[in-house]
Amino acid sequence: MSDTDLNILVVDDEPAIRRFLRASLGAHGYSITETATGEDALRVVATSHQDIVILDLGLPDIDGVEVTRRLREWTTIPIIILSVREHENDKIAALDAGADDYLTKPFGIGELMARMRVALRRTAQDTSEPVFESDGLMMDFVHREVKINDQPVTLTPTEYDLLRTLVKHAGKVITHHQLLRTVWGNAYESETHILQVNISNLRHKIEPDPFRPVYIVTEPGVGYRFKVS
Amino acid sequence: MSPESNRPDPDKLLEQLQKEEQSAKRGRLKIFLGYAAGVGKTYAMLEAARQRKLEGIDVVIGYLETHKRVETERIAQGLETIPRKSITYHDVTLTEMDADSILARQPKLALVDELAHTNAPGSRHPKRYLDVEELLEAGIDVYSTLNVQHIESLNDVVAQITGVLVRETIPDRVIDEANELELVDLPPEELLTRLREGKVYVPDQAARAIQDFFRKGNLTALREMTMRRAAERVNDQMRSYMQTQAIAGPWAATERLLVCISPNPLGERLVRSARRLADELNAEWMAVYIQTPHDITLPQQKRDFATSSLRLAEELGARTVVLPSHSSAIALANTVISFAHKNNVTKIVAGKPMRPRWMELLRGSFVDELIHRSGDIDIYVVPTMEPAHVPPEENPLHPHSRVSAYLLSLFLVVAATGVGYLIGRNISPTNLVMVYLLAVVLSAVYLGRGPSILASLTSVLAFDFFFVPPRYTFAIADTEYLLTFTGLLLVGTVISYLTVQVREQANAAQTRDAQSAALYEFGRDLTAIVGLDAIAQTIITHISQTFNRDAVIFLPEENGSLKVYASSPALTIADNELAVADWAFKRGQVAGRGSDTLPDASMRYQPLQTASGIVGVLGIKPGDSSHYLTPDQRRTLDAFANQAAIAIERARLVDQARQTEILEITDKLQSALLNSISHDLRTPLVSITGALSSLAEDSISLNDATRRSLIETARGEADRLNRLVGNLLDMTRLEAGAVRVQAEPCDVQDVIGSALEQLEARKEDHPINLNISPELPFVSMDFVLISRVLVNVIDNALKYSPPGSPIDIEAHPASGYVEIEVADRGIGIPKEDLARIFDKFYRVQRPDNITGTGLGLSISKGIVEAHGGFIAAENQPGGGTIITIALPIK
Repeated sequence: MSDTDLNILVVDDEPAIRRFLRASLGAHGYSITETATGEDALRVVATSHQDIVILDLGLPDIDGVEVTRRLREWTTIPIIILSVREHENDKIAALDAGADDYLTKPFGIGELMARMRVALRRTAQDTSEPVFESDGLMMDFVHREVKINDQPVTLTPTEYDLLRTLVKHAGKVITHHQLLRTVWGNAYESETHILQVNISNLRHKIEPDPFRPVYIVTEPGVGYRFKVS
Repeated sequence: MSPESNRPDPDKLLEQLQKEEQSAKRGRLKIFLGYAAGVGKTYAMLEAARQRKLEGIDVVIGYLETHKRVETERIAQGLETIPRKSITYHDVTLTEMDADSILARQPKLALVDELAHTNAPGSRHPKRYLDVEELLEAGIDVYSTLNVQHIESLNDVVAQITGVLVRETIPDRVIDEANELELVDLPPEELLTRLREGKVYVPDQAARAIQDFFRKGNLTALREMTMRRAAERVNDQMRSYMQTQAIAGPWAATERLLVCISPNPLGERLVRSARRLADELNAEWMAVYIQTPHDITLPQQKRDFATSSLRLAEELGARTVVLPSHSSAIALANTVISFAHKNNVTKIVAGKPMRPRWMELLRGSFVDELIHRSGDIDIYVVPTMEPAHVPPEENPLHPHSRVSAYLLSLFLVVAATGVGYLIGRNISPTNLVMVYLLAVVLSAVYLGRGPSILASLTSVLAFDFFFVPPRYTFAIADTEYLLTFTGLLLVGTVISYLTVQVREQANAAQTRDAQSAALYEFGRDLTAIVGLDAIAQTIITHISQTFNRDAVIFLPEENGSLKVYASSPALTIADNELAVADWAFKRGQVAGRGSDTLPDASMRYQPLQTASGIVGVLGIKPGDSSHYLTPDQRRTLDAFANQAAIAIERARLVDQARQTEILEITDKLQSALLNSISHDLRTPLVSITGALSSLAEDSISLNDATRRSLIETARGEADRLNRLVGNLLDMTRLEAGAVRVQAEPCDVQDVIGSALEQLEARKEDHPINLNISPELPFVSMDFVLISRVLVNVIDNALKYSPPGSPIDIEAHPASGYVEIEVADRGIGIPKEDLARIFDKFYRVQRPDNITGTGLGLSISKGIVEAHGGFIAAENQPGGGTIITIALPIK
């Protein structure tokens, strides 16, 4: 599936923002559908073929988080949140509800397109490949091997699971809760310091400079992201 | 008379003006004055009221006693009556005037019968005239009725004439201040006829007394007195009119009268006489009580006499003074005369001496001394009747003058005799007198006056019996010994008298010293402390200590309602007590126990008054006894209250000054904010608009490089604008308390890394050296907020140091804290600015154009302090700045 010819649904009650997105994304060959309310968004996704949703949180009828939750009840369509709400709790709420990514307004169009590409790629490679490679880091899921610049690295089972979770969603923010649930289980959902200790250890093993990580970057207050070039 | 004195006296004019002004706001009081019941005062009042009603005036009946007389009831018809209020006291229901309803009704004129009535216990005021004053204060005119025997200064004269003592009295000032006085007259013959016809109300239980009262002689005397009082008032008004209009009149130069009060039940009589005299002379008058060291040995009852005489004098319009003096007649007279001279007193009133003649010869007579020293001052000696009953004297509070003291003095004499026996063989009997004198002196010093006199008497007898030949008889062989006896007796008496006096003086001085010391200490403590809380506590403590009473301070809140601010620990204040305090506060008058207003309250409420107004109320709960405070204590308490008021006012002023300062700072901040907004918000907009409009302009041909440059500029400025708005939002949230610290254990290294990540684009020009201690623990903090602090601080370091210069970031534990240091090699901060860089909108003035809002560091400080940490700036030796962020390790 090429980047062009994709159907993008833009949900925002600000006409200026819709116009700007239509112009910028349209110029890149996407075909754009616009709605101003959550109800319309739900209806459009249900009745027409859309490849990705760009969703504002502050909608006049239903809150964007709720829209996300309702969509996730039946579809895995990539959702990127675009909002002026910059507080971490808002980001976490949206991400935990099932959004793929979160971008704070104001934003650069380049940044948005990068995030869109990540989200689309993830859906494209749902049937995961056995080996992941990025920027000198190689991860072999079949043999449970990790190599940095061809040098094998020994990871504990937890660290391996952690890295695998991040890599599986490479380019996307994973919240603390999501990571804890996936790697440790539901009971550990709020034990963020365990997560921090393991991230720190993992960084010391895989990062060239653990103080300035290039693979696992921190999203302050929200979670971590495996950075892809 | 010189032409100058024909000009109206400006002071008098001013006084008149003030009086008129006051009465313009106040309601007008008209009193219908009669000489006895039955002359038709109530009828006259109702008739006048009807007339006013016909004129369209809003008239209500506040309180009317018709005594079921038909003619009175008929004339009262058609006038609105305010229902009375019921007060239950000891299972008896009494009805009283409902002042509150009248106040709420706000008529123009209210009729209030029987002005001198005493209200039922538990009423707001003990006397009806005080209710009436409240009505007047509220601007309501009042008509009222009064019989002459209820006027305070005439009270005892009436009692003398009629033999009936009336207990319900009103102070003379009520009459003096009444706007109109109408004399209701009826010839005594007609009154007696009416009485026979049963037209005069006579309460059953007092029928006999009343019959005695209504004798023609009595009535004629009362009638004359009433007319004289009314005429006096007319005279006063005339005089005051003539003075203000500068009409030359026959009045004498202003007289000043001084009355000397002594601590006995006749003091009140003396005060009343003085008041009458002062009235007749139209003189200003003063009452003086001379306090002697002897006073502290007086029984409480006598001291109360002095206090109540002084209170009466005050009520009758006198200025009261308490002067200290020795207790000898000469000293007393000297004190009075010198005070009189200092105050231009022209006449002194004193009571006729009541002591037996022999005592006067022995101790001197105050009146004689007064007359002897008076010079050009007239002395009036007023007869004072023996009181009807001499109140039983309590034992003086002399510490040793009890039976045991007398026994001890006898024992001393016995001991002296014993010593005389031991040494008497070798020395002549006359020298043994010395031993007895020693016994007398010891008695005087340690046992008091009575025992020492007993000692001198028994010494003479014992000396005679045991040592003077012939021994063991009272007979004397040698008449020379008579001289020895007389000598021993006299010397013994004089010594005991002098010693006792010295001791009394010492005691009195001690008491006075203690009071002044208490006052001094109070003043010193008050000036030494700051803050309203501490001052209030000090006031409570000192008053509790000095007067041995519980105290409470009420201060007004913002909305003007009074609230308990501080009180003695064990004290609870009921709501109705608060109402009394509130009354005292609003009126600026003493209320509660021992005063005219709400005397049933458990405490005395004294307004705390300063030159600029009433700052609060001091409540004082009396101890176990219901005794008045002594004049001395009252004065000291007043002084305490004054000092307290000034201290409270001072604290309030300091608070106000601080508030004003805060307001000024806020003002400055706001203008700074406006400046910041107009400058910092607009500048990026200017660049963006400029760049975009250039790009949109078709006529200008731009090459690609220029276009890119314009676009980059617009982009950069938009970023800057976004950061500014973000900072402003953060600041607003911080100040509104909307920022909640969600602290959890965090990896410091991760926080620093995350901050650097956020600064990615901006940090390219500078190498960054990290030095993070490996044994750094996880620190409890809000990851997001602290990373924002670091972004701000590091961003500043980047901005204020030359490109290429390194930034050093260090983190290490330090005594309970984790310290993160960000050091640059920039130009540093001027020393005087180091402390201020964390202030809002503060930016170090610099020639080069570095953009910023002056908010970053201020926000950082707010965040760090919300974590319980601190942030500081210092210049490093080789140039550049170090910002240290310290967070507590919990």
